Amino acid sequence: MNLSNLLFGVYPYIALTTFFVGSLIRFDREQYTWKADSSQIFEKEQLQKGNILFHIGVLALFMGHFAGLVTPHSWFLAMGVSDMMHQIVAISAGAAFGSLCMMGGVILWKRRMYHPKVRANSRFMDLFILNWILITLGIGLLTIPVSIYHAFSGDTSAMIALADWAQATLSLNADASILDNVGFIYKLHLFLGMTVFFLFPFSRLVHVWSMPLGYMFRPYQIVRTKFVKQR
Amino acid sequence: MKVRANFSLVMNLDKCIGCHTCSVTCKNVWTNRKGVEYAWFNNVESKPGIGYPKNWEDQDQWNGGWELSNGKLQLKSGDRRSILKNIFMNPNMPTMDDYYEPFTYDYAVLQNSELLEATPTARPRSLIDGQRMEKIEWGPNWEDDLGGKFKHRGQDTNFNDMEKQIYGEFEQTFLMYLPRMCNHCVNPACVAACPSGSLYKREEDGIVLVDQDKCRSWRMCISACPYKKMFYNWESGKAEKCTGCYPRVESGLPTVCSESCVGRIRYNGVMLYDADRIEELASVENDQDLYQAQLDLFLDPNDPEVIKQAREDGIPESWMEAARQSPIRKLIVDWKVAFPLHPEYRTLPMVWYVPPLSPVQSQIDQGNLSTMADGAIPSIETLRLPMKYLANMFTAGDEKPIVAALKRMIAMRSFYRSKHVEGKTDLAVLEEVGLSEDQVNDMYRYMAIANYEDRFVIPTSHEELRQEDFHSFQGQNGFSFGNDGCSISPNASLFPDKRKKTEDNLEFVRYHPAAKRSDGEKA
Repeated sequence: MNLSNLLFGVYPYIALTTFFVGSLIRFDREQYTWKADSSQIFEKEQLQKGNILFHIGVLALFMGHFAGLVTPHSWFLAMGVSDMMHQIVAISAGAAFGSLCMMGGVILWKRRMYHPKVRANSRFMDLFILNWILITLGIGLLTIPVSIYHAFSGDTSAMIALADWAQATLSLNADASILDNVGFIYKLHLFLGMTVFFLFPFSRLVHVWSMPLGYMFRPYQIVRTKFVKQR
Repeated sequence: MKVRANFSLVMNLDKCIGCHTCSVTCKNVWTNRKGVEYAWFNNVESKPGIGYPKNWEDQDQWNGGWELSNGKLQLKSGDRRSILKNIFMNPNMPTMDDYYEPFTYDYAVLQNSELLEATPTARPRSLIDGQRMEKIEWGPNWEDDLGGKFKHRGQDTNFNDMEKQIYGEFEQTFLMYLPRMCNHCVNPACVAACPSGSLYKREEDGIVLVDQDKCRSWRMCISACPYKKMFYNWESGKAEKCTGCYPRVESGLPTVCSESCVGRIRYNGVMLYDADRIEELASVENDQDLYQAQLDLFLDPNDPEVIKQAREDGIPESWMEAARQSPIRKLIVDWKVAFPLHPEYRTLPMVWYVPPLSPVQSQIDQGNLSTMADGAIPSIETLRLPMKYLANMFTAGDEKPIVAALKRMIAMRSFYRSKHVEGKTDLAVLEEVGLSEDQVNDMYRYMAIANYEDRFVIPTSHEELRQEDFHSFQGQNGFSFGNDGCSISPNASLFPDKRKKTEDNLEFVRYHPAAKRSDGEKA
């Protein structure tokens, strides 16, 4: 097994398994640690700018990556989306939301590093995961000039290869050789991104699972009785 | 009609001496931990003053509580959508500076200092980042006994619609104490604002609690509570609040703050209310009608209809008996001397207050002020506290009920003075305020003597019926910080053995500052 196979044939499953099983175990065993871990009580001005930008960016990036990578090629064609159109949308949306996310992320990073109280309240993992996401994001933004160059030369093969690889991986047919002709910078971004999933259950990121959309539909008041049904 | 019982308190401000024993005992029991050093589930404020956290009563600033939006009850911080929209940054949430930065002193310097000409000093240090604090600018009771300039404490919103400047003059100044804790509201705004649904009101006793396992630190409760009695534990990242000392209350004991009150100002007991009418009565249009609306919400435990319905709703007989003996009910309903704090927040609070009298005894002694017919007890016009100020605090500005209550309290004093000093029964003074002799005797027993058994009428929660093994319940009464019984479904778990149940031994040691952090990392 060569390195490419290990990183893009095996590692995706390690990362995804850790992501799902780790989250499940933590949710089951460690509810008290399952939280967004807000530090707003110490500082709110920088948080306002940084956190809103970061979250808008990161949520859009996640959905964009998901839709772009997982939607089968034939569906795009059926919808009348040509590969070049797809690539241009990916480049522009990625650049827009990537920049928003980066701006927010840098503000949050500065806040976490240099606000004495926020820093004192930070656990190792809080800083580590923020750094990791920002590096992943930075490399992701660096792929944009390469993709623009590809677009100008009418070459959509890297994008198609990445999507094929993602779909192959998710359908349990991982084939690292699909990525053989994809540039190093994409592969680096891919590795960093998979590692975010790997780190996810061990960090504060788990709060993503608890996005409280149910709040929209529940009654205001909650009353609980202590007399639960016997198990 | 749906009958529910609520564990409730009344505080007799007329007897509060501002000693802070309640706050200190509460702190020692509940918040002497890392992350909540700054939090006072119970605190005592000197009024007039802006209080803790700063200006908490100014809902134009904090947007706490409820408001009517097109006749419908809605959180003042916005509808559900705007609450979720603010989840990345809650614009209404206080920061640490609005409370105060918790600090300690370098005490070791006093012991380890070399021999010096000058006395060594223990300088303050932040409890959050451990940094030196050059100057302590604010604390939990910074305005103690009217400390500071009137310009500052005069920002108290209870001065609304008043010519407040004269109360800044030394001769006109007035002071009262206001002990505050969670009101265990019937219509709690904190519960309504919690995006993850971790806050709840207990059906059995109405105590409002945070499920530490379900809290996700979205922090909407902290701003939604108009009394600012939700706190963010920055160490655990979870919301915490006054627990109503439920482990004690379940065993029939008063809360720690009530038990330790040296002035005997606190009453604990049960109130019955109609859960079907909460929304209707919390939405009456006029703020000043909310006091009456909440009185209308309460049910009479002697009414056969109520008794019948209460049985159907599963209220134990011991609770009905406690509701009939409830000192709370006597003060609130029978004598009408107690009032809710800021009913205009529409949360229907269940901690009520007897307003303070404020006579100027030395002036009376010199014959400078008007008195009752007995020539000794001051009449209500001579009280130092402006009625409007009290009304802004307790009845959304309606002075009539406050005046009536204070008149009754004065009548009680006058009646008992005549009885003890002159040996005569002065019924005229009672007629004027609509009290019978029996009633005033009861009032005297409950308000002046205030024996332990009269102040605290607390039925137990009958844990013996709920617990399979109630011996394991002993010593902690089900109190835990979380990570207990948290499986995806109650019957399935990845690790079926050794589930952490509420009844297990608790590892309190993990909350010691020098011990491991709650999530396993070193502090």
